[in-house]
Amino acid sequence: MQKFSALSLLRAGLTGHAGWQRQWRSPEPKSGYDVIIVGGGGHGLATAYYLASRYGVKNVAVLEKGWIGGGNTGRNTTIIRSNYLFDESAGIYEHALKLWEGLSQELNYNVMYSPRGVLMLAHNIHDVQSFKRHVHANRLNGIDNEWLSPEECKEFCPPLNVGGSMRYPILGGALQRRGGTARHDAVAWGYARAADALGVDIIENCEVTGIRRAPTGEVVGVDTTRGSINAKRIGVVAAGNTSTVMNMAGVRLPLESFPLQALVSEPVKPIFPCVVMSNTIHAYISQSDKGEMVIGAGTDVYTSYTQRGGLHIVNHTLDAICELVPAFRRLRMLRNWGGIVDVTPDRSPIVAKTPVSGLYVNCGWGTGGFKATPGSGEVFASTIAKDEPNKINAPFTIERFRDGAVIDEAAAAAVAH
Amino acid sequence: MLLINCPYCGPRPEAEFANGGQAHIARPADPMSLTDDEWAAYLYMRDNTKGLHHERWRHANGCGRFFNASRDTTTDVIKRTYRMGERPEAEHQGAKP
Repeated sequence: MQKFSALSLLRAGLTGHAGWQRQWRSPEPKSGYDVIIVGGGGHGLATAYYLASRYGVKNVAVLEKGWIGGGNTGRNTTIIRSNYLFDESAGIYEHALKLWEGLSQELNYNVMYSPRGVLMLAHNIHDVQSFKRHVHANRLNGIDNEWLSPEECKEFCPPLNVGGSMRYPILGGALQRRGGTARHDAVAWGYARAADALGVDIIENCEVTGIRRAPTGEVVGVDTTRGSINAKRIGVVAAGNTSTVMNMAGVRLPLESFPLQALVSEPVKPIFPCVVMSNTIHAYISQSDKGEMVIGAGTDVYTSYTQRGGLHIVNHTLDAICELVPAFRRLRMLRNWGGIVDVTPDRSPIVAKTPVSGLYVNCGWGTGGFKATPGSGEVFASTIAKDEPNKINAPFTIERFRDGAVIDEAAAAAVAH
Repeated sequence: MLLINCPYCGPRPEAEFANGGQAHIARPADPMSLTDDEWAAYLYMRDNTKGLHHERWRHANGCGRFFNASRDTTTDVIKRTYRMGERPEAEHQGAKP
């Protein structure tokens, strides 16, 4: 792997930047691997990277049906935070946030992690009480989160409208200063490059069409559009398509797939210093380093695999944004797209072993998976390498729905999160 | 926004409807005889079909009645809507109607 540094940049600059290598190889699939990861999104690539770097499993392939960065990893609104209510969620999201803090150095790739602060706005008495409860719960778990008055919100994010003219006025906000954004494609590319350097084969345009099992039940490999590949352990990290892939092994999951939309405006000069989220009137907004306002909308009400969604969903979010920040009323929107997210009944993920020996699943991140990318990959790698869950992901089983041990962030946040 | 043909009122915009999730999941006749796994399967496990999917809708801001729709989840095209108690048409029946 060609190391990136100021010196290597200078040296390449002297020769017209003609000497850069490909960031990862494009290998033909081998006949077999120790571990196959199905899905080359951020979570899958992170899993492969941590398998090779921390758990000594280097004979790994990542199979991606499209191209790296073409799925939800390149479609989200890049928000990072860990201020979840329940201890189990705090554990896994804070694990991820701690990895974000050193990720650029670890991968030798600038993922542009920017802890600019995530401000979650409260618009009614219930919000105020709920967010203050979150603040206290987070602090008990050692996670930074603080309550701001409306005036302090305005001071932290000057474009906000905290006057009395709003239908749902801003009554305060919960601020996690370590929260922020990262560049999502760089996360996928950085993990792919670092995993490739450790010997992981990243195989693009390779769709899994079947999961092969021995007569005794355990997995022995996969069928793909590029031939059959053997593996004793298979980790499925396929986001919205998880149900389809797991059906190939006869495993049913408590998942439904919905389109989730995002959009960006034309680029403008720096105006918006942080991430602002409003669950109640449903808006997420931040400004990218290119100057575009990055806006997240909600999911459609029906399941779908179309990677687009209804325009009225986006309009609803823009209504909210125009109320929150009146200065944005004249911004033009440039692009709008959708991704397919897999949602569990309690809105918490599943990172677990399955009833099939040798088959593992990492899914159900729903509308908020990007922030968890490093932590999710790290604990999933541990689970696959040791054939038992890590302490952090142990609560995130499939069986929690049978046992009533749900981690109900859906009720805690009152909306998708 | 989808245009949904309510079997009672005719075609109306999606905004008038509430989605009720996967159709034809019968509540077990004798819940007390079920194992925990069977009860969890009834409550939580879903087909999440990629292709022709049968789902419930309610005309919440209209006649208020439930009905079913057969929709292709790869295109969002609604092939047919039908009243409660009817089954999906033979040519529309997937592996699991």
